[in-house]
Amino acid sequence: MHRYVIKRILMMIPVLIGVSFLVFLILAVSPGDPTRMILGQQASEEAIVAMREELGLNNNLFVRYFDYMADVLQGDFGVSWKTKLEVLPQVLGYFPNTLILSLAGILVAMLIGVPIGILSAKKQYTWIDNVTTVLGLIGVAMPNFWFGLLLVMLFSVTLGWLPSSGMGEGVALLPSLILPALTLGTGCAASIMRMTRSSMLESMRQDYIDTARSKGLKEGYITRVHMFKNALIPIVTVIGLQFGMLLGGAALTETIFSWPGLGRFMIESIKAKDMPMVLGSAMFLALTYSVVNLLVDILYAYVDPRIKAQYHSMGGKKRDRKIFAKAK
Amino acid sequence: MTEKSLQKQNSTDVKARSLWVDAFRRFKKNKMAVVSLIFLLLLALVGVITLVIDVVTDNSIYDQLVISQNLTQRFETPSSAHPLGLDEFGRDILLRIIWGTRYSLFMSIVAIIAAGLVGTVIGAIAGYYGGKVDNVIMRLMDIILSLPYMLLAIAIVAALGPGLVNVLISIAIGYVPEFARIVRASVMTIREREFVEAAKAVGASDKSIIFQQILPNAMAPLIVEVTMAIAGAILSIAGLSFLGLGIQSPTPEWGAMLTNARGYIRDAWHITVFPGLIILLTILALNIIGDGLRDALDPKLKD
Repeated sequence: MHRYVIKRILMMIPVLIGVSFLVFLILAVSPGDPTRMILGQQASEEAIVAMREELGLNNNLFVRYFDYMADVLQGDFGVSWKTKLEVLPQVLGYFPNTLILSLAGILVAMLIGVPIGILSAKKQYTWIDNVTTVLGLIGVAMPNFWFGLLLVMLFSVTLGWLPSSGMGEGVALLPSLILPALTLGTGCAASIMRMTRSSMLESMRQDYIDTARSKGLKEGYITRVHMFKNALIPIVTVIGLQFGMLLGGAALTETIFSWPGLGRFMIESIKAKDMPMVLGSAMFLALTYSVVNLLVDILYAYVDPRIKAQYHSMGGKKRDRKIFAKAK
Repeated sequence: MTEKSLQKQNSTDVKARSLWVDAFRRFKKNKMAVVSLIFLLLLALVGVITLVIDVVTDNSIYDQLVISQNLTQRFETPSSAHPLGLDEFGRDILLRIIWGTRYSLFMSIVAIIAAGLVGTVIGAIAGYYGGKVDNVIMRLMDIILSLPYMLLAIAIVAALGPGLVNVLISIAIGYVPEFARIVRASVMTIREREFVEAAKAVGASDKSIIFQQILPNAMAPLIVEVTMAIAGAILSIAGLSFLGLGIQSPTPEWGAMLTNARGYIRDAWHITVFPGLIILLTILALNIIGDGLRDALDPKLKD
């Protein structure tokens, strides 16, 4: 088990290098002279030359990437062009808010998606199944920023029950969290629901379900233990993927609700043309996303005893070779 | 269809009853998919008509009805003269939605076709040659895929700046790996088949084998993915514009219309509801068509 986890973590390293290089490539090589951005249009030639030297812009791309990542690994994400603040404390200040929102969003998505998916599979081809299938299609097609605006219109403007923007503190956190979490969660709920339904249908067709029924087990027990547990892998996968997406893509929801998260901060930095802040935020979000994917992969081994058993029965190296051969 | 006409068809064009004809028959039975297709074709037609109008009138109608402001009538609710009402600057929302079709629907189509072409070539090369080439290409694709799509698009637009072409690029890049994967998988299964060996035996070049023998046989999954990807691209373009990074106001892009509406959410409901509704309907139609195509092209996969 430990070997599996360690191996997955080691496989992660090239991905992290690739992802960080891609983000760096996109954002650090953007057109426009950063020295002019920092010093202003009236800056003298000498000042610009000196600044280019100081920022290392005369080095080639790989050297610049290496320098940047060496700093990043020491916790130095650079300094803002505009405010002269350090990037990392800013990013770390906004990130927990994004995390809270994403966790609440995925919770909403699970609470809606999983039960409805199970119900719709159990009642396949009835009106319940049809209604939920249509709702699922709509949920996937719904632009979630629009859904957020509709929620604000209903619950804040018309009914006046919930705040339309900002993040409350203490007791006020919960009401301010409800609408953004619903906005973020609904689209994911549709995906989770569709996956739960098809995965449940798959496990319902297995022979061991007939066996369980002929043993005289109660239907509710069969659904919970025999069907749902065996249907769990694809569901966990989709939840993990969605959670990663939420972390990386919460910018829209955060913008609608003026939620002080990292996504919104990044968008504002883009508008202010503050590249170190943008690069730092994007880098942080991309790396977090990769780590979440890694955690989901590791979680499989715990959810599905078959993966663990497979590993134990074969012993590390032999299994790796087998997988490698298969992949080829 | 009567038995007679069926017989007639069978006898006259036996050759034409390929996968596509069969698929089209199955697709026709799916009522939801047919309705969606008609909706989409109508939308596309309306979009083309607006393009023609703009060319013929040298944008004068566009400037007058879609862009120019009329502040005395702002927020006017839907009426017979303006079925969807007027927006925060007194512009007709229905006309703006109609003129916006080109940005949402046509731009997405262009972006996805570009991504599809690039992805197809990359995937075909990786799948056909295999080995090291495949490994290097697919690891690169994996890296792009291991970034959240929206984050990638935002980063690219941040680097290039807002604007139509830059949005197109940022949308297209994120979809290239998806197409490359699909084509690669198809190519890998097809390249071992007898007809490819036969083509090799008669001395066909790699290029002609890939483009004439293998790719036509990999078309089915590709078409389904194109439909779904266009839906995704519409959502992303609208999202980028909503964030103020895509197409900017006063251009009547559907997402950009919502950005403005957000500021007036307390004043008028209709300026928020309708642009979002058209995005929802378009994406819904595309997804239903995509599902329908998948079922029609590969009946085994159904359920």
